Order: sequence, then structure tokens, then C-alpha cells
Amino acid sequence: MTDMAIPSGGIPWITLVLFLPLVGVVTILLAKEELAKWIALAFSLVVVAASLPLWAMFDVSTPAMQFVERHSWIASPPINYAVGVDGISLPLVLLTTFLGPLCVLVSWTAIQTRVREFMISLLVMETATLGVFVSLDFVLFYIFWEIMLIPMYLLIGVWGGPNRIYAAIKFFLYTLTGSVLLLVAILVLFFEGGQTFDILALSKAEYDPSLQNWLFWAFFVAFAVKVPMFPFHTWLPDAHVEAPTAGSVVLASVLLKMGAYGFLRLTLPILPDATAAFTPIIMTLSVVAIIYGAYMAFAQADLKKLIAYSSVSHMGFVTLGIFAFNAQGVEGAILQMVNHGITTGALFMCIGIIYERTHSREIVDNSGLAKPMPRFATFLVIFGLSSIGLPGMNSFVGEFLVLIGTFLWSKLAATLAALGVILAAAYILWMLQRVVYGVPSSHMAPKLYDMNWREMSMLLPLVGFVFWIGLYPKPLLDVMHASVNNLVQQEVRVMTVQDQPVKNTEQYVIATPHPSSALLESEAQ
Amino acid sequence: MSDLLVILIPVFPLLAVLLNGLLGHRYSPALAGQIGCGSVGLSFLCSLVVLGEMVSTGTTREVIAYTWIFGGDLNVNLGFLIDPLTTVMLLVVTGVGFLIHVYSVGYMHGEEGYTRFFTYMNLFTVSMLLLVMGNNYLVLFIGWEGVGLCSYLLIGYYFDRISAAKAATKAFVVNRIGDAGFLLAIFLVFVNFKSLDYTIVFSQVDQLSTEMATAIAFCLLIGAIGKSAQIPLYIWLPDAMEGPTPVSALIHAATMVTAGVYMVVRNHVLFDMAPVALITVGWIGGVTALFAATIGLVQNDIKRVLAYSTVSQLGYMFLACGVGAYIAAIFHLVTHAFFKALLFLSAGSVIHAVGGEQDIRKMGGLWSKIPRTHGVFLVGTLAIAGIPPLAGFWSKDEIMAHAFVNGEYGLYLMAAIGALLTAFYMFRLTYLIFYGQSRVDPKVEHHIHESPPMMTVPLIVLAFLAIVGGFLGVPPEHGWIHGFLAGVATPAGAEVHEVSFGLLVGLMGIAILIAVSGWGVAHYLYSARPRAAEDWAARAPGAYGTLLNKYYVDELYDWMFVEPCKRLGRIWDWVDSNIIDRMVRAVGRMVDLGSAGSTWFEKHVIYGAANVIGFGNHLVAWSWRKLQSGMVHHYAAMIVVGLFLLVHFLLIWLTGKSVL
Repeated sequence: MTDMAIPSGGIPWITLVLFLPLVGVVTILLAKEELAKWIALAFSLVVVAASLPLWAMFDVSTPAMQFVERHSWIASPPINYAVGVDGISLPLVLLTTFLGPLCVLVSWTAIQTRVREFMISLLVMETATLGVFVSLDFVLFYIFWEIMLIPMYLLIGVWGGPNRIYAAIKFFLYTLTGSVLLLVAILVLFFEGGQTFDILALSKAEYDPSLQNWLFWAFFVAFAVKVPMFPFHTWLPDAHVEAPTAGSVVLASVLLKMGAYGFLRLTLPILPDATAAFTPIIMTLSVVAIIYGAYMAFAQADLKKLIAYSSVSHMGFVTLGIFAFNAQGVEGAILQMVNHGITTGALFMCIGIIYERTHSREIVDNSGLAKPMPRFATFLVIFGLSSIGLPGMNSFVGEFLVLIGTFLWSKLAATLAALGVILAAAYILWMLQRVVYGVPSSHMAPKLYDMNWREMSMLLPLVGFVFWIGLYPKPLLDVMHASVNNLVQQEVRVMTVQDQPVKNTEQYVIATPHPSSALLESEAQ
Repeated sequence: MSDLLVILIPVFPLLAVLLNGLLGHRYSPALAGQIGCGSVGLSFLCSLVVLGEMVSTGTTREVIAYTWIFGGDLNVNLGFLIDPLTTVMLLVVTGVGFLIHVYSVGYMHGEEGYTRFFTYMNLFTVSMLLLVMGNNYLVLFIGWEGVGLCSYLLIGYYFDRISAAKAATKAFVVNRIGDAGFLLAIFLVFVNFKSLDYTIVFSQVDQLSTEMATAIAFCLLIGAIGKSAQIPLYIWLPDAMEGPTPVSALIHAATMVTAGVYMVVRNHVLFDMAPVALITVGWIGGVTALFAATIGLVQNDIKRVLAYSTVSQLGYMFLACGVGAYIAAIFHLVTHAFFKALLFLSAGSVIHAVGGEQDIRKMGGLWSKIPRTHGVFLVGTLAIAGIPPLAGFWSKDEIMAHAFVNGEYGLYLMAAIGALLTAFYMFRLTYLIFYGQSRVDPKVEHHIHESPPMMTVPLIVLAFLAIVGGFLGVPPEHGWIHGFLAGVATPAGAEVHEVSFGLLVGLMGIAILIAVSGWGVAHYLYSARPRAAEDWAARAPGAYGTLLNKYYVDELYDWMFVEPCKRLGRIWDWVDSNIIDRMVRAVGRMVDLGSAGSTWFEKHVIYGAANVIGFGNHLVAWSWRKLQSGMVHHYAAMIVVGLFLLVHFLLIWLTGKSVL
């Protein structure tokens, strides 16, 4: 895989997207506090605009890194400022930029104290998360990975709920534990993979299988905490419950994708043998997460906790798809990452909207909302249905691809995961039954009023995405095909070279490059 | 037939959904109703053109709208298949659907959320059309889930009624169980054929092993059972009567619940290869037909009687499929759509007349007050009871004859007893509503009025269809519908039974005898000897109570599935916060304790602080030197502590509080 530099005379789009939020930070620091949210909104919108050319000019026919910028940063050891996007990272970059302005809008009236610092945290967060997705140098990746923690920690610890300090420290310790192992793994790779931090070069090097096993588990802990995979998930409900709405949105929509992205970008290409060896364990944990998260969601009386546990369940589908390691599974997983970002982000926004009115997230306090808040009820039902994977809406396409990919790997795993689909319908509809239907309690009724235009403007674009991806996902899937096929074929190469026994013949048939490459060619014509 | 015409069929109601859904609040509800009806009417006209073309040319065609999902070698189009089976379904969905829409204009008049009602109804029509028109399993599945959604939304239409909300949730979740089976079937189809298109799958079906065909057929069957409310997943349908009555007529009687039957017939090639699965279909249908009929005997809610009757009649369609009589199944689907829609809508007219009362114990003697409703209801009763020459007689007789001729005497017996019970409970319903002494609440008594023409005209049209609809299949086995569907719904390699004319006539005679006996018993109990019914119930309180409480199946499922599910959630919640989380915190505390006070900590705090203050080149280079001397863990610890201090200071600065 060679990379394609930006066209000569072109604009360094990635750098622009990456650092525009930081320009926003400087501007906020220089301006009056009252202007902070306006500036944050303006800059996050500009970032959206700046990220669109990445999509428009993206060449879907190649798996190579595109818009690559490479500058030497430190000569020895060789650390570069190297950034680029491919079909795996581009959807996530776009997801991140699109959610930026929505996070600002959702905090418009909810955040009353230290608005300036809050907006700065949001913008720093945006740069850090984008940085993780575009980094092609391991040290750069790690720096962004760590910087990301700081604004998130502050968002929870400063603007959070009553138990925020506990939640923030828990979040911090959990993720930091993972980070340390990640760092060790990076350094080991540096020495074993030819004294380079270039992620693409490291992906091509070959490593001793026993070393791969160690590295795999080091990566695993780092990424599993972020996903979060069972049993590393207990920080998530606390963090969500205490975080302000924008914090929850960023956490659910973008931060949780870091782990899954790590698996895709680092674990699978760099450690193919270990991946193949440990796939059954990861698949088991994923299925457990799907069912366990769903049952947990059942038991929650707090809306945010309910959605938090549903995230554990939904992210189980993502890891399931990734480790199914075929074109359907991986594309489904990437699409599901985007879908989860849209739908769960929207659900957290919805909860924020209720919370601003009733100051309670308990289901019992928020019932019968359809009558006083018909618009809100419509949005909540739409996102709820999207969350349970109704065909015609976004999550269905992702879940379907993941399940079909999983089915090719193991029929049992797919069947159990399909049970998760039933449970999802049960807990979401039960939530809707209690929140939307019925009549509001008398002490809450006076506080309820329908959504205003600002609130509509945050959710309407997300409704658009829900149906667009549900009905016509081609533009997004197009972006992924080349990169995903390349990734999946790498695995096939390893499997054939090492002549590993293939347990499941269907998996082998499916993973052969012919059908997909044939499909690619026919599309290119 | 142009492709455009085919695509327009679902597009008309879709446009109505968008118009009423997005702009409906800007114009009057009346206009919304007109748009809603008009769109389905236009679809019906297009369907008639399709029928005309189909009859004259007989060509099956596929229309691809666009590529929907693809990944790897999976490629799914949003495409339509127009063949005779689809054509029949199209006419039922749009034709009966149109009449119900028109009726709704009158019935829902003045209801809050009138526009919302029509939006959902049209959305239902779109989904149902996708379901019957799709050229592959996934489009069928969109429609399948879409109708489930609309059913959910319309059952919960009166959203301030918590019973409605519960019924809606129940319907969707129970259906989801079936849907999961359907999804697995789709995966199996894809694994075996690398395609989800009907044409490809059905043309290569002979490559399949019997085991695989059986597996696919059983998974499909699970889906069909959920959607068509068969044992053991029928429990949602009676509760679904919480929705407005036109919804019950359209979704829970005429169209959506027949989707399972359509699916089995559509996949009959697969079922033909899997005799075990096929006969299971038959027995599930037979048992359901009988079981639901027994519950229907004693229910007192007019709509619930009709709901159990629907479950029972769907059982007949499954039974027909099970004995390979696919055409008879579709024939009964069509006639059932006519007379059951008629019965539900006229029940709505009755409910309308008596001010919302649904308990038949509080009706009686209504025939003279609402004569037109009485007339059409009676037609519906005669049709479903199997009194010739009305529609139900022909289709039900054909199913029973097939069961008998194929040697499935057990199924025949269940169907026969079911038919007797059907005739009984339907005439019981008719007698209790329309004849005898009035038991209507005196306060309501003088308000009783006949419904407006907007409601009665569709009723009369449906009554006409319920009378003559059976002639689609006359003479038996050689009627119009048999010829029309011969190419798409004839079992592969079925042996042709030579059946004597005498046997057929004999079976017909028995069927007539059964229907008339049911009527006779009902007449005896509810007209000739008015006290007799209560005496019978008092003599067998156990049996009566069991039937009245629907065999306690809801309670059983609650105890077996729902409660354990909730309890498990609570247990795991406890485990999550008391075991998994506590373990994590314990690890954290160990790190804390181990570091506090030790010189190790101080040393690294200093490193860390230095790291934070000057993140300059020389420092990095310095740490690299350290690093290359093998001190990886030092560096790692430094980063950890450094970051922690950084956020710690930031937090103190922002909140004025220390976190430790």
C-alpha cells in the first residue's frame, strides 16, 4: 500500500481540518467570554466545511492513504508529522467534524458557568480525536490519544453532575491503564519493526508469533477499555451519567470509536497471526457484550444509563464485525461505528433536552411526553427505532452487514447476536412506552414545553443521516470498499502463507479476493 | 406495462406520507384524509392496470429501482417482482386498503391526531406494498419490519392510554422474535446462494440439501408464525385491538397478518423440498385454527372475538400451505380479507353507534336501530361461517377438501371442528349484538344512530365482495384464481390425486352441515333458550374460566420469559456494580497505596512535572536516551504521572478544588 500525497499545488486539507479547532481556541482566548459559544460554533462549522473536500476529492478506487502530508518532526528517533486518510478513517473523520457544531449547540443554554473553558475543551477534544483518526505516525497517534483524555476528563470533572469527580477519575484511570500498555507496545514495535514509527511500514513488517501474542493483549487492553468491551465497561455508565450532554455525545459518538479504530488500524494489520489466534475469544466477548449490555439496559431506571448500556451492546456488534474479518463484517462494523455515533449521540441529545426541562433523568419522572412535547416525542421515537435497527434506517444496514459477516464466521455467534436484536427492541420500546406514552406526572407537567428551533436544528440533520444511510448507504460504502478489501485480503494472504487450518470452509470461500475485486472492477467501469 | 407504473404503486402512498407527515399541520385534517385516501386509490388503479397486463400477457417482470446495500459479494437491490402472486396481493392491499381508508375518513372524524392517523396508515400501505412487491428477501424484510412498525404506531395511537402502549410494545417485541428467525433464514439463503434474489434462489434451489432446505424453511416459518399470529406467538394479536378499529381491519385482519402466509407461498419451492417443515406448517395452522376458535367461544369484547377469529382463520391458511394447497391458502387469504375487513368495519360501526362500548353483554336488539350495519354484519357472519354461496364457504371448503384428499385426516378433523366453532361463535356474536332484548346502557340508548354514508358505502362494497368473492374459485380447483396462480403457487412434483366428483360433493355437504349446526347451536343458546348459555357455563366453571382467561397463556409467558428477563437484568446490574466494578476499583486502590508515600512516587512526580513544564526537544531526546538504555517502564510511568498532574492542575484552576 503506497500512499498518495496531496495533489501538487493543493491545499493541506487534513492539517487544516486538524488545527482549525485550535485556531478557534486561540480566538476564544482573545475574545470576550460572551462570544465564546459563537466562536466555537463558527469554527466547528468551518471545520465541517473544510472536511467536505476530503470526501469530495476522495478516490474510492484505491486502498492507499490519501491527502498524505509528511514532515520530519524529530530526526532521531525518526518521528514524523504524517497524516492521511483512507476508506476506514474518512467516515470517522466526517462523523467527528459533523458532530462538532451539534455539541456546541447542545450546550448553548445548558452550560452557564465557565463557558469559555467549556468551549475550549470541546475544540481541543475535536482536534485530538481527529488527530487519532488521521495519524500515520505512531508517536503522533499516541500524543493525540493521550491529549484526548484531558478535555474529556475536564468535561466530566468540571461541568458534570454531583458525582462527577468519582466518574472522572474512574474514566481517567481506566483509560490510562490501557494507554500505558499501548505505549509499551508501540516502543516494542519500534525496535522489532525496523526502528520506525510509520504505521504503514510497521504493518508490512513481520513479527515473531509469540511476540505478536504479547503485543496483541497490550493493544487489546488499550482498545477494549475505549470500546468499551465487556468486562472493561463499568466506567462508561458512570462517565455518561455524570457528563454534561455534550460530553456524553462526544463520548458516545467519537470517543468510543477510538478503540474499534485501533483494532482496525493497528491490531489487524500489524498482528495478523495473533488476531487469527485470538479471534474466538474476542468474538465471545463481543457476543457477551451484546447480550449483557442489552440485559443491563433493561434494568436501568436512569435514561442515560439505559443508553450507556445500550452502547455496550451496540459496540459489541462493531467488534463482532471487525473480528469476523471479511468484507461484510468490517464494512458493517465501520458503518455501525458511524451509525452508533449518529443514533446514540442523538439519543443523548434527546435526554439532554428532557433534562433541561425536568432536571431529572429518571424514567419515572419523565413520562407521557407525547402530549406536551409532540415534536420531541417524534424525534425520540425515530432515534429509538433507529437504535433497534429498523430497516430503512441507518443501523439496520450496519447490523445486517455485521451479522452476515459474523454468520460466515460462525453461525452460533450470529444467532446469539441476533437475539441481541430482539432484546434491543424490548428495552428501547419499553423505554418509549414509559417515556412517550401515558400522561405526564402532575409535578412535571408545568415544566414541559416542546422543542425550540435551536434544539430542532441539532436533531434534524441527524434524522437526515438516519434515513439517508438507511435508504441509500452507497456513498458511504463506496468510500470503504477499496480499503476494507485490501485489509481483508491481507489477512487471507497470511492465512494461506502460513497454511493455517481453516475451520470453516465458507469463511475461506468468502474471503477469497475474486468476488470483491470483480465487484470493484465492475464498479470502476 | 411500463416500469414506471410499477414503481408508482408504492410511490403514491409514500408521497402522501411525506406530504401529510411534514406539512400536514399546515392544512386541514380533511385534506390530509383526502390525500391519504386518494393516494391509495391511485395505487389501486395502477394495480388494476398491472392485473390487466398480467391477465392478457401473463409475463412476470422485475423492476430494479437502485442498488441498496453491497459489501463483498453481497449485492442487494431495491427491486420489485411482478408476478401473478404479487398481483393478487397488490389488489387485496390497495383495494381493501382503499375501502378501509375511505371508511376511516368517517370513523376517525373529529379524533385528535387525524392527520397522524392517515400518515401512519399510508406508511403501512407503503411497507405492505414493499413486502409483497420485493424481488428479494431483504426488500421483503424492509416491508416486513415496516408493517410491524406501523402496527406498533397504530396500536399505540391513543398514546395517553397505557394499555395501548403496552399492547404496542408487546406486538413489536413478539414480532421481533419471529423476525430474528427470518433474519437467520436470510443469512442461510445468502450463504448457500450468494444472492438474495428470488429468481436466482428459486432457480438454483435443487442444489440444496434437504437438511439445509429444512433449516431455511424452519427459520422462515418462525418469522411467519410471528407475523401471522400463530401458536406460540399469537398472543400479541388480541391485545393489538387497542388500536382504532380501521387499523384492526386493515392491519390485524386483512393484510399484515397474512404476510406470513404470503411468505410461505412465495417460498413454496423451499418448503416443497422440506416435507418436515411443510407438515409442521400444516399442524401449527391446524392447532391454531382450533385453539383460537375455542377461546373465541366465550370472549365478550366484540373486537377480541374477531381477533381470535382472525388467528383461527390464519390457521386455516397455514393448514392449506401445509398440505401443499398454496392456491387454496391464497384464495382463503383473499376471501378472508373481504369478510374479515367487513366484520371489523361493521363492528366499528356498531361501536360507533353505541358510543364506544365494546362489550357485547351491553348490546342486543340493535338490528332495527342500525339496519344497514346489521345487514352487512350478517353477510360477514354468513361468509365466515361457511354458508354457501358466500365467499368463505368456497375457500374454506377447498382447504378442508385438500386436507382430506391428501390423507391428513387429523388436520381435516381439526379444521372441521374449528369450522363448527367458527359458525357458533360468529352467530353468538351476531345474536348478542343484534337480536333479543336490548341490554344497552339507558344513557346511550337514545343516542344510537346509523353511521354516515362515508362508512356504510365501503361496508356495502365489502359485503358485495364477501358475497361474490368466492366465485373467483368456482368451480373448485378450476376457478379463475386457480388458473391465474397455477404458474407460481403449484407445489413442485406434487402427485395429482384423482378425486371423484362424489367425494367432493360429499365433503361439501359435510361442510354445509357443520356450518348450519354451528348456527343452530348458537340459535338455541342465544335465541331459543336465552338462559341456556349461562347454565352451560355454570355447569363447567373450570373449562369456562380457562377459556375466558385464554388458557392463561399470557400469564404463563410472563412467568416464563418476561419476569426472568427483568430479574436477570437486575441481577446482572448488581453483579456489574458490586463485583466487576469493585474489582476494578480494588486494582486502582492498590496502585494508589503502592505509590503514595514511597520515594518511587516522588521521583516520578518530579520527572512528570518536568515533562509537563518543558515538552521540548531536548527533553524528548533525553528521555529517548533513557529509553534506549532499557528504561521503558520509567518513561511510561512518567507519562502517566505527568498527564495526571496536568489534568489535576487544570482542574484545581478551573474549580478551585483538589481532586485528591
